[in-house]
Amino acid sequence: MSDVTRVAGTVEAGPAALSFRRSRNVKERAIGLILFGSAAASTLITLGIVAVLLRETLSFFTHVSPVKFLFGTQWTPLFQNAQFGVLPLMAGSFVVAAGAAVIAVPVGLLSAIYLSEYSGPRLRGVLKPVLEILAGIPTVVYGYFALTFITPLLRTVFPSTEIFNAASAAIVVGIMIVPTVSSLSEDALRAVPTALREGAYGLGATKMEVSLRVVVPSALSGIIASFILGLSRAVGETMAVAIAAGNMPNLTLNALESMQTMTAYIVQASLGDTPHGSVGYQTIFAVGMTLFLITLAMNVFSQWILSRFREEYQ
Amino acid sequence: MSEHASPLGGSHSARDRRRRALGTLFAFLCGVATLVGVASLAVLLWDLAVDGFPSLDGRFLTSFASRMPERAGVKAALAGSVWLLGLTALIAFPVSVAAAIYLEEYARRSWATRLIQLNIANLAGVPSIVYGILGLAVFVRTFGLGRSIISGALTLALLILPVIIMASQEAIRAVPSSIREAAYGLGATRWQVVSTQVLPMAMPGILTGTILALSRAIGETAPLIMVGAVGFIAFTPKGLGDPFTVLPLQIYNWISRPQAEFHALAAAGILVLLILLLTMNAAAIILRNRYQTHR
Repeated sequence: MSDVTRVAGTVEAGPAALSFRRSRNVKERAIGLILFGSAAASTLITLGIVAVLLRETLSFFTHVSPVKFLFGTQWTPLFQNAQFGVLPLMAGSFVVAAGAAVIAVPVGLLSAIYLSEYSGPRLRGVLKPVLEILAGIPTVVYGYFALTFITPLLRTVFPSTEIFNAASAAIVVGIMIVPTVSSLSEDALRAVPTALREGAYGLGATKMEVSLRVVVPSALSGIIASFILGLSRAVGETMAVAIAAGNMPNLTLNALESMQTMTAYIVQASLGDTPHGSVGYQTIFAVGMTLFLITLAMNVFSQWILSRFREEYQ
Repeated sequence: MSEHASPLGGSHSARDRRRRALGTLFAFLCGVATLVGVASLAVLLWDLAVDGFPSLDGRFLTSFASRMPERAGVKAALAGSVWLLGLTALIAFPVSVAAAIYLEEYARRSWATRLIQLNIANLAGVPSIVYGILGLAVFVRTFGLGRSIISGALTLALLILPVIIMASQEAIRAVPSSIREAAYGLGATRWQVVSTQVLPMAMPGILTGTILALSRAIGETAPLIMVGAVGFIAFTPKGLGDPFTVLPLQIYNWISRPQAEFHALAAAGILVLLILLLTMNAAAIILRNRYQTHR
């Protein structure tokens, strides 16, 4: 396209037209630079995140050894005898994310199959916006729902459930990521060409057999990518978890107990006034770095699965 | 498909019947799974309406936060949310659209462009609280902006930047290239093509994406806690350097208290927030539909 403009500009003309052309070129250049600057700014965000996290994390590691941080089983950074083992926080994040997956993976995948294979366009036109609303509800609202609705419900079924517990957090986070899983999976299912389905029907397969043995396997890379992306959202989820799961670092797999996730700790530490430059302040960044690396790895992994195992259909 | 006879003649075999029954069961299961999402939304809204409606009145909207639940309201939080929304839009919109224009209309296909594109996709997946940490270290501390409304707006702007960029790119990509070629043919410069032809055509799509991104920003809590928005404020912000609170934060503050009266206030606050969200989403949908009919 730049050749086209150059041709348009080289039409021979008088000096007035020439200076007009020059000022026009200067203006074009300037605008191009401004636009480039804006695009480059987006990479500055990433660099900023990495630089900020790295700087404070490194100075945190001058106080606490990385081995103790990664493998220590006690997290009591604000106590007198401070312990900085991140495992209890990771366990919290893991239990919530795993519990959320138990709900979101089957529900998300089955509703994706329903929307793509079973429902007509009219029903789909109603159901999809409803799921989009579910995705758009602020997470603090889910926190309220977990604390005032799900937890009392759990306590009537399992009386030993604590007021703050990982299970209710996991349930609402699961509901929250159903739309992520279902809409991405549905996109993958719908990208499978109709000819494959017709071939299977022609061989006498039922609709379920077509869905489960032809369509789902063909779309598997997209489906798995949607699971991983949903999980990464669950790990990064903050407010619902901070409200419902409580603030007790707890190395357990019992979801009926109170547990603190990495995200909930970051919120708690920044709500309390930890003085700038103290080890307590640096823990925000060390835990943030851990969280950032985990979610980044999951996102990159899901992109890799998508590009590596995508079935190309013409 | 269902009415095929067995090739050996005669009626359906037992195996066939089982396959069909299994199919019906599976269809039922898929339908139920879809209903789980719909039912969750219904229960959630019903629960909120029951808890929140009694407290939702004119006094609630025009009162400041208070230690006494019967006097507390969302005035400061509502004002804070509106301020933050406006500022975030002012910061994020121009930068995002400029970046999208660059990537779609100016950039050559090079490794640098691919890197920028990959980076934007990855940024969209970074948890919002990490943006809060960035805001805390950069805007609050390094730039010395303090725990102010401008720190909050800058942080949220970074958070929604990748979302608006991607939506804008899609809208710009949807403009047919014949339009561009015609304008170039008439001697227009690249910027003239973009500003007089491409942008006006892509604008409804860009605005829809922006509104949806902003409606995500207005529900954000965690990054604002990081940059120091506080839950108890008894005045509306007057300037960029003022401390502030927002609706989700006020709601969080009320949820964290043990008394049931405050939980009812939280539910009422959530209803206000959801109404605000609904209005923004409706605006986005109207824009989208108008765009589709006018094409």
